[in-house]
Amino acid sequence: MLFHSRKTQGRIVAVAAATIALALVATGCSSSSGSSGGSGGGSKNYKVTFLPKSLGNNYFEASDGGGGKTAVNKFGGTYEEVGPTTATASAQVSYINTLTQQHVGAIVLSANDPNALCSSLNQAKSAGVKVVTFDSDTKASCRNVFVNQASTEGIAETQADNIAKEIGSAGDIAILSSTANATNQNAWNAAMTKYMAKKYPKIKIVTTVYGNDDDQTSYDDTAALVQKYPNLKGIVSPTTVGIAAAARYLSTSQYKGKVQLTGLGTPNQMRAYVKNGTVQSFALWNPSDLGYLAAYTAKALIDGTITGKTGDSYTAGKLGKYKVGADGTVILGKPTTFDKTNIDKFNF
Amino acid sequence: MSSATTTATAPSPEPRALTDYGRPLWRRLLISREATIIAALIVVSIVASAVVPYFGSTTTVDFLLLDTAPILMIALPMTFVIVTGEIDLSVASTLGLSSVTLGLLTQAHVPMILSILVCLVVGLVAGAVNGFLVTVVGLPSIAVTIGTIALYRGIAVGLLGTTTITTFPSSWEGLAQNQFGTSGIPYVMVPIVVLILVFGAVLHFTSFGRGLFALGLSKDTAAFSGINVNRSKFIAFLLTGVVSALAGVFWTLRYATARGDNGTGLELSVIAAVLLGGVSIFGGKGALPGVIAGVLLIGVLQSALQLAGVSSDAITVVTGIVLVLSVVTPQVITRVRARRPRAA
Repeated sequence: MLFHSRKTQGRIVAVAAATIALALVATGCSSSSGSSGGSGGGSKNYKVTFLPKSLGNNYFEASDGGGGKTAVNKFGGTYEEVGPTTATASAQVSYINTLTQQHVGAIVLSANDPNALCSSLNQAKSAGVKVVTFDSDTKASCRNVFVNQASTEGIAETQADNIAKEIGSAGDIAILSSTANATNQNAWNAAMTKYMAKKYPKIKIVTTVYGNDDDQTSYDDTAALVQKYPNLKGIVSPTTVGIAAAARYLSTSQYKGKVQLTGLGTPNQMRAYVKNGTVQSFALWNPSDLGYLAAYTAKALIDGTITGKTGDSYTAGKLGKYKVGADGTVILGKPTTFDKTNIDKFNF
Repeated sequence: MSSATTTATAPSPEPRALTDYGRPLWRRLLISREATIIAALIVVSIVASAVVPYFGSTTTVDFLLLDTAPILMIALPMTFVIVTGEIDLSVASTLGLSSVTLGLLTQAHVPMILSILVCLVVGLVAGAVNGFLVTVVGLPSIAVTIGTIALYRGIAVGLLGTTTITTFPSSWEGLAQNQFGTSGIPYVMVPIVVLILVFGAVLHFTSFGRGLFALGLSKDTAAFSGINVNRSKFIAFLLTGVVSALAGVFWTLRYATARGDNGTGLELSVIAAVLLGGVSIFGGKGALPGVIAGVLLIGVLQSALQLAGVSSDAITVVTGIVLVLSVVTPQVITRVRARRPRAA
């Protein structure tokens, strides 16, 4: 009897192992039949895989699944999106390694760290994979081209001008950023501080807090900010998660209309707050255009039209002609400011 | 545990655990929990190599070993801690603290060897704080280490703030990133194999190791048998601290980035792998070969599913199901056994 029950244990584990094995067989078969269509299509390897900071983020759904997918389909490539569920560099590394092994044509990624991905990206490049970064860059030597949503200065100045207009160019403001290590956020914040000191000397940035791109944390941060700084006239939140959470807090609090809020957000998130008077204006580039441009940049690299050198130029479908600037950077354009007058014209 | 002979009759009133040892050694090994995990690892690896494109290659081995190296390292002392019936949740924070320490010292142009030694001391101190609070103050380890998760992480993030340090000597980066030729075996496996052998020998072939198991089964019995309960636990926490710091050094050099948030969430992967490897969360039971197989099984599964193009949400779900099954199954079997009539 003893023997019998011991055997049962072995059997259960064996069944579990067999289940895993079966799952692998099933997924392995389905994926191999799916991928053969893409790489066998032509002489160029137009298999373009997007690797966002993390999955389940509206912003990347618009840029990857919106613009990126449209572009890849348009030039006849195979679109795929893979990524980690948490926004960490180490998790992205294992995806980059996997894509290198799968011999994709190009990886289009938003980096969680400027340096930590370098070793695996260099391995990818030496295996012939083209590397395009967008939204958040790595060190320039680790990728072929960076597609920048707007110049750092462009974003910083737009935000500074917006908040200055709303608070009358004087008073205390605070920054509600995403994570302390986000490359792009830190660059914008630094540029904004510099620009403000020169152009709006009467505005004082009292603090920068980090909501970690988490809705609840950002919400709590906002509540803490207005309590800690009773003279606060405005908040700048250069993150779509942060600005939405801050707007939600302000709209139901006594500070609605008294503390001004601006930054980077999407029209769909912010529409209600613009209409109820919590927010006067905010800015953003079109993420779907950004993904679209990144996909066409990947194509130009695969085709060999560009190599990432300064001065290389190519055509990105409906967006027209682009030129590679210094450090292998392509700039999408100036951010758009959204307010009561134009917000209904946008849907993303 | 030395008798390998078969007893002809197994008298039913005898305790079950004793009659168990009556079976031949090869048979006991064959049906042990460790053996089934190792078998599962082999089966999954073979199947994945056969059906998942690009899986069966030395590149996969290289990537897989590099990815699982920190988990593999920390799982060794974590097994010691869990076997005594305690737990250490602060390992990932200690890793982050060590990473930041290495970054700051490198930035200050301290020689690499010295910096690494300081990191290990930081790990020792972190482990000693946990050990002190658990053994001397007598607090439950789960409460202590939930606190030190935040404490060590807070210090790490506080020390570096918003910056990251990315300039390390490239020869040291190479040690953490490269492999022997194209063998798929990273350099880092050499110290890890040494660690495995040392930890394995200590756990399974010394009286200290047997004491850890005894502690996990019954603290009082262990104390009455002359085991220094507090000292043993303290050493176990020191070991997790110092090995987590070592993993932090590896992490920093592998990603060439010192950040306060390095390794966030890693403690759960480590504990999951240890449990999958057959170590009882209640203490007193487990073996290192199973733990190593457990770590590798999770690594192989995740890598194979990723290469097969399964979405990361689905991978998390599959890994979760495997872990839950591995913890629940032995419990169910024990219950079923207990309920069954004893008559043969």
